[in-house]
Amino acid sequence: MIQTKNLVKELVDKHGCSRNNLLPILQGVVADENYLTEKAMVEVAKALDLSSAEVYGTASFYSYLFTKPVGKNVIRVCKTISCKMSGKQKIVQAIEKLLKIKMGETTRDKQFTLIESNCLGWCHKGPVMLVNDDVYSEITPEKAIDIIRDLDPKHLTDF
Amino acid sequence: MSIINLTIDNKKVSIEKGQTILDAAKKVNVRIPTLCHHEDLCVAGNCRVCVVEVEGSKTLSASCAVPAEDGMVVKTNTPKVRNARKDIVALLVSEHNTQCTTCYRSMNCELQALSAEYNIDNNRYLSVLKPNIEIDRSSWSIEKDDSKCVRCQRCVRTCAELQHVNALTVSGKGKDMKISTFMDLPLNEAICTNCGQCVIHCPTGALTERRYFDRVWEAIGNEKKHVVINTAPSVRVAIGEMLGYPVGSRVTGKMVTSLKRLGVDSVLDTDFSADLTIVEEGYELLQRLRKALVENDTSIKLPMITSCSPGWVKFIEHIFPEHLGHLSTCKSPQQMFGALSKTYYAEKKGIDPKDIVSISIMPCAAKKFEANRPEMNDSGYRDIDAGLTTRELGHMINQAGLNFAELEDSEFDSIMGESTGAGAIFGATGGVMEAALRTAYELVTGRDVPFDNLNILPVRGMEGIKEAAIKLENCLPDWSFLEGVELKVAVAHGLINARKIMDQVAAGKSPYHFIEVMACPGGCIGGGGQPIPTNDEIRKKRAEAIYEEDMNMPVRKSHKNPEIIKIYKEFLKEPLGEVSHRLLHTSYKKRNHY
Ligand code: SF4
Ligand code: SF4
Ligand code: SF4
Ligand code: FES
Ligand code: FES
Repeated sequence: MIQTKNLVKELVDKHGCSRNNLLPILQGVVADENYLTEKAMVEVAKALDLSSAEVYGTASFYSYLFTKPVGKNVIRVCKTISCKMSGKQKIVQAIEKLLKIKMGETTRDKQFTLIESNCLGWCHKGPVMLVNDDVYSEITPEKAIDIIRDLDPKHLTDF
Repeated sequence: MSIINLTIDNKKVSIEKGQTILDAAKKVNVRIPTLCHHEDLCVAGNCRVCVVEVEGSKTLSASCAVPAEDGMVVKTNTPKVRNARKDIVALLVSEHNTQCTTCYRSMNCELQALSAEYNIDNNRYLSVLKPNIEIDRSSWSIEKDDSKCVRCQRCVRTCAELQHVNALTVSGKGKDMKISTFMDLPLNEAICTNCGQCVIHCPTGALTERRYFDRVWEAIGNEKKHVVINTAPSVRVAIGEMLGYPVGSRVTGKMVTSLKRLGVDSVLDTDFSADLTIVEEGYELLQRLRKALVENDTSIKLPMITSCSPGWVKFIEHIFPEHLGHLSTCKSPQQMFGALSKTYYAEKKGIDPKDIVSISIMPCAAKKFEANRPEMNDSGYRDIDAGLTTRELGHMINQAGLNFAELEDSEFDSIMGESTGAGAIFGATGGVMEAALRTAYELVTGRDVPFDNLNILPVRGMEGIKEAAIKLENCLPDWSFLEGVELKVAVAHGLINARKIMDQVAAGKSPYHFIEVMACPGGCIGGGGQPIPTNDEIRKKRAEAIYEEDMNMPVRKSHKNPEIIKIYKEFLKEPLGEVSHRLLHTSYKKRNHY
């Protein structure tokens, strides 16, 4: 709680407290705390003198600002047409099997969340997946598994 | 301002630059259908129902959003336009939980009217209504049914632009976009004032007031119960709109008759308790001034601010919880009435208060919440058993099959049915202030307030914040400490203006002694429980009717109301006395701000 409060304060000091600074502040919170807790959104609302509903409305518009808990690593597989045609479904299946979760879910150890994304702008090199901030193009199921194992070797054994 | 000329449906029109095509069309009586547009709100341009053809433009233009230009040639009713509108409405309907037979807004719904106008029969679009949308009935005042929402965002703009509460927002995007509160909390947990402004600005049945009229029918049908109803000042100048009368008609006498025909045992007047509020509040103000000016009591908060608008009260409890000391401790007229109906009235009539069902008819959604505040049981019972809106009463009159226009006029019953012009003007912004000044000035100086015909024009009208100052001279001996004091007052309506007034108070820079605040634009005549539509023009007409009502009253000062004089003699003894404190005053609660 105190931590969140200080974090918001730091971000507000850094970016400023006008409404225009809402997005960088929310991004800062997500960078640090992974997702926007109710508490964090209320703190931001207080700092910028907005209603908490306004903060929530803004946050929920952006796919990269989470208002619900997510894992430490967020895997996004592009679902748009080019990637769909170049085999994104196989990638999804491989990841689901490896992590034992379904699309949209988070692993029990809170390490990974798997979601779909819209076009990532790499259509000529599909299928494409984004893990946290890194784009991986022309992936195969094997490559996807390697990428995840690099992040968390624990998953070596369960496959 | 430069004037431009254009043609709409072959009619020439001149209009100020900056106005929209829709404005121009109105000027020459060309009706263009709209949905997301509302006169009170900023342009959203999100529904496209208002599209028109502009010569030289390949695409259709949204007339509510596109500025008129010099030389424009506009066609509003071509096959292309009609087909586009039909498609747009059909697509809206395909996402809509079309249940007109069971919908409260049926016959007063903009989507229904558009569907009829554009003949959306045999809709060729599949229904893509999301399953399992739950209706939020958590609030005492507001009901929210997302399955009937057309996502026009009129509610969001209302809550932001008129009220500056921002309880509602747009969450998500694309097909997941919806109107929600913070974290999609139920409305009773949101920072919502229950003002109901979103309800009167919603074109469909997505936002409605919680309805309690079935309870009233039940009470009326129960022979053991004695049903008393009090009707607020602004109801009598608005209810006619639901019953075939033009806007601004005063139908007080017929309204009273209709309530008697419904079977209500006693039809009484909130104007009576408004008069009582004025007396109590007037004395409270003078007492505060004495304590602050003579006794130098620093715990006394000035300016004193009125407390009769429960939407405003909840607003200040949320947004300025540190400044509740400025609120008058007087209950609203509704709650004063309720507490007295089960004590004084019961005693006088010899009725066991447990058998009394006390109902109020209000222009308001927030009064429903207020009636259910846990502390509002000073009579030993729930002081008010149900609060209905003007709209609900309109429905009840229709349900009863009454031919309203043919009803004779009748008078309010007694006791607690007698009122004054001062009580009547409570219904318009500035009215409480005017009534309070008529009384307080006379108490202090023994003379009429120094305005022509008692009409204190500076506090009237639709300006967001109004000010006035009255110099107190030749005061009576009791009030000599006020000699030469210039009493400064302000009036705010619409919570966005209330916030401005409060920012000043919070900064310790408020120059006023007394402030009136009403949550709704225009005051109660524009309340969240009034007939739909409500807009500036309609608010003005209803206000005019209220002031006519005042001018037609034999007594126009609250403290001269014979029943008020009597209740002090027989029951309350004195203003701010022990009985008043127990029954007519209240305290407030800090609530969370964010
Ligand atoms: S909101 Fe309008 S269109 Fe929808 S069910 Fe109600 S009356 Fe019918
Ligand atoms: S709730 Fe009503 S006003 Fe709000 S977006 Fe939906 S239809 Fe429009
Ligand atoms: S009732 Fe008033 S405060 Fe509440 S959501 Fe509606 S407009 Fe906003
Ligand atoms: S379709 Fe996947 S990156 Fe464009
Ligand atoms: S009324 Fe013009 S776009 Fe909705």
